[in-house]
Amino acid sequence: MSRESIVPAPLREVPWGLLALVAAIGGFGLVVLYSAAGGSVRPWALSQGTRLMAFLALALLISRLGEHRLKAMTMPAYLGLVSMLLLVELFGFVGGGSRRWLDLGFIRLQPSELMKPVIVLAVARFYDMLPAGEIRRFSAVWPPALLIGVPAFLVMTQPDLGTALMICGGGITVAFLSGLPLRLFVGAGAIIAAAFPIALSMMHGYQRDRINIFLNPESDPLGTGYHIIQSKIAIGSGGISGKGFLEGTQSHLDYLPERHTDFVFATMAEEWGLVGGLFLILGYMMVIRWGMRVSTRAKGRFARLAAAGLSTTIFFYFAINLMMVMGLAPVVGIPLPLVSFGGSAMMTVLICIGMLMAIDRSARPA
Amino acid sequence: MKRTRIITEQSLAFTFSRRAFFLGGAQAAVGTLLAGRLAWLSIAQNERYTSLSESNRVQLTLVPPRRGWIIDRNGRPIAINRTTFRVDIIPNQLKNAEAVLGQLRDILALTADDLDRIRTDLAKARGYQPVPVAENIDYERFAAVSVRQPGLPGVKPASGYGRYYPAGAAMAHVTGYVGTASAADYDKSRDPLLITPGFKIGKEGLEKTMDLWLRGKPGAMRSEVTAHGKVVRELTTSPEVPGNALQLTIDAGLQRYTAARLGPESASAVMVDVKTGGILAMASMPAYDPNSFSDGISHFEWDLLSNDDHLPLTNKVMQGLYPPGSTVKPMVALALLEAGVDPHQSVNCTGRYRLGSSYFHCWRHGGHGPVDMHRAIASSCDVYFYTMARLIGIDRIAAMARKLGLGERFDLPMPSQRYGTVPDTEWKARRYKGARWTTADTLNATIGQGYMLSNPLQLAIMAARIASGTALVPRLIVNKNHGPQGGSLGIAPGHLDIVREAMSGVINGPFGTGFSGRLNIDDLLMAGKTGTAQVRRITMAMRRAGNFGTHGVPWKYRDHGLFVAFAPVHDPRYAVSVVIEHGMHGASGAPIARDMITYLYNRKLAESRLALLEQGWGGTIEQRMERKAYAWARRDEQPAAGTDPPPPPTGEEGSDPE
Repeated sequence: MSRESIVPAPLREVPWGLLALVAAIGGFGLVVLYSAAGGSVRPWALSQGTRLMAFLALALLISRLGEHRLKAMTMPAYLGLVSMLLLVELFGFVGGGSRRWLDLGFIRLQPSELMKPVIVLAVARFYDMLPAGEIRRFSAVWPPALLIGVPAFLVMTQPDLGTALMICGGGITVAFLSGLPLRLFVGAGAIIAAAFPIALSMMHGYQRDRINIFLNPESDPLGTGYHIIQSKIAIGSGGISGKGFLEGTQSHLDYLPERHTDFVFATMAEEWGLVGGLFLILGYMMVIRWGMRVSTRAKGRFARLAAAGLSTTIFFYFAINLMMVMGLAPVVGIPLPLVSFGGSAMMTVLICIGMLMAIDRSARPA
Repeated sequence: MKRTRIITEQSLAFTFSRRAFFLGGAQAAVGTLLAGRLAWLSIAQNERYTSLSESNRVQLTLVPPRRGWIIDRNGRPIAINRTTFRVDIIPNQLKNAEAVLGQLRDILALTADDLDRIRTDLAKARGYQPVPVAENIDYERFAAVSVRQPGLPGVKPASGYGRYYPAGAAMAHVTGYVGTASAADYDKSRDPLLITPGFKIGKEGLEKTMDLWLRGKPGAMRSEVTAHGKVVRELTTSPEVPGNALQLTIDAGLQRYTAARLGPESASAVMVDVKTGGILAMASMPAYDPNSFSDGISHFEWDLLSNDDHLPLTNKVMQGLYPPGSTVKPMVALALLEAGVDPHQSVNCTGRYRLGSSYFHCWRHGGHGPVDMHRAIASSCDVYFYTMARLIGIDRIAAMARKLGLGERFDLPMPSQRYGTVPDTEWKARRYKGARWTTADTLNATIGQGYMLSNPLQLAIMAARIASGTALVPRLIVNKNHGPQGGSLGIAPGHLDIVREAMSGVINGPFGTGFSGRLNIDDLLMAGKTGTAQVRRITMAMRRAGNFGTHGVPWKYRDHGLFVAFAPVHDPRYAVSVVIEHGMHGASGAPIARDMITYLYNRKLAESRLALLEQGWGGTIEQRMERKAYAWARRDEQPAAGTDPPPPPTGEEGSDPE
């Protein structure tokens, strides 16, 4: 008897391996949050676990949508989010020095977070509609530039540099994959590289200080550099096998700032060492690789571009956070999705995964 | 020429898969980079970060060691430790500094100056290095801070040990005092103990010179702390090792008595054990209270002490240099005897001695008539010594002076000592670039004037060497490794006997200048020699006016009174020197030496004499110091006293006006 005859079709279509991988990463995150709270499910692990279940269910729901429905929803969703970003500008809820949330009464919605996957879909949708012959014309450049620029600018003014950069990154990745002439990207890269010293000279003293501190965190051990130094100490002192579950001194004695959010990877690496770190890196890389494979398998321009763009969005989260905690990038406030405490990034990543599953399902021979 | 490519869905799909492959490769590369970075941090840099994490976690607190006691020859305490209470702030743990300081101000009654100092220290402080808030607070305040500690993050009440000197000012110049290490001290050794609150180092006297011996080794307390400085648990504690005890040759009772007996004078006295060289008493008065230095001296006290013309901050025994005056005459007599002068040869003293066109005067302007050596010493005849010294020359006298310890550098654990001068032909040539020694120089030196200078300790050693005939050296510390003292000076015993007899005559004889030093204890006799040292030369005009002494001149121009002695005359055990600055007459020191010796043989008698004297002086040392401080505090209310213009000090014409 074959598998097909026993397992009902809807269940058969679920990529169980991927879900197991996501659950493993998320589950490991819960273990780390349990330890970060000093060996307690409160205040973090319990609510994070609940959220994980809810968003996994959401992802499965999205996976049932099908590619054509995603396509249909893209532009309304994009326009809706841009108008919400405008509403945030006007009436947004201020928290932590910036205006990012819309208080809808029952939920505090952060539209910039949802924009990360939606920008990918929107740009993919544009190139999907663009006739193949026009790809080398200017008309292939300015509409997506506008599509990316408007929300990126709105998010930047919140101010939320990390998210703005991720929105740009997602959109540009899709544009790159769409077949725009390479010289546009090479040229833009060259201009940015050339502009950097000029920008540096025009910066305010404190902005330059931040760059200096990133390059040499020891120069400000009690200020901004403190985060990076303490994070590196936590990771480096973990060694190969770590200090052991619940034995991390950096996190438990409060030396590590934000040990349950942005710097949760350092909390993990201190107790689980290189072994735990490699497990997470490998897990993420497998998820991203699966997503990239979905994109190559996918049929149709929209599906291909969207799948690659969504995978890259997940990749940005993962790569920027890890570079940040290991001192390879400035501290910009990007959480490690599925592991960091907090719902927004987890929701975004699981929406991406849900949409990837939807594209994957549509790509399969019926 | 522009090449146009035909672009189709097909070719775009191809471009996509190429670029997607590139993107996937870039992602994999970043993933590998991250894994590599993680491995680098956790393997290659593991050791470094492990130690950083440890130093984060573990706070090391030094526990200052208790300082070694200083005890006297009989084991009685001279410097001990008492429990003290203090409050510090750990800067790292301090939150809401102003609120905390406000509370501390109320509890500890801090002044605005204190608060300013604490704020300055806090601004400079880093990490866990505590900043002292208040030291030597009473137990009630300490307890008040302790119970409120949970609400005062960063505030650390601590108990420790403070130095205490039971004899106070009487022992000040022997012990010196302790104080907080200065920034310069810390820069020299970089020893973290030096900046641990409550730790004191020796700043003066034996406390300074014997600091490393007395210091001990600090204990250490390792505790686990959170980033906010909260102590989670104590890890290990290693106990402190107290410093070594230091036993002195000083007799604490005698020292205290001597200091008191010097009374209100600016004076010093030394007593040396003739058998061992041990210094039994070494007092310099007035003095400061070392106890008030160990908690940090106030500006008021410092001004009071440094403005006193009796120099309470100077240890006159070691740092005071005086012309020894006639106290060198027994020494000169020994030089004469060794040079072959017959002690029975007489010199006729007419009151003055002619040298070329000028005259050298005897202190007794009417003259002594015929004097032999015994009488010359006993009545301190200058003309006898002018005559005889001229016969044998300065170099033989200087050799004897050095043999008896004048000008000698004694190896004593005391900071800033001064050693004085024994002049001779070679010395003058060196000192004054080839100047020739003159007979006048010899005549001045032979009565202890002119270039001759010595400190009170050297005078006591001179007396001790005459008394014992051995090359005794002074000692301050009891050390079982010391070999036997002295060794013969190589002076004929008969000559020593002649001089000792003459010195007994100074006090007990019919012509003696030091009769006020008579002991009157059974058949115990003291021998001695008085000396008067000029501070200002006596001019011919004053001489013509019949004014030879220094009565009626301002205190600071009066002659110094010096006295050396030993007792008992036969089989001597104690040698003494007393120097009373501007005491006018050499005999003024004799009763003090007498009472010091009396203290050793009949303490009751000595104490009753002192008690009587103190009534006249206005109380004990402590009572008089208190009164002085009170007067100093109100000095602005009194009209300023007029000051005399300073006349020139001693000139080339020397005379011993006894």
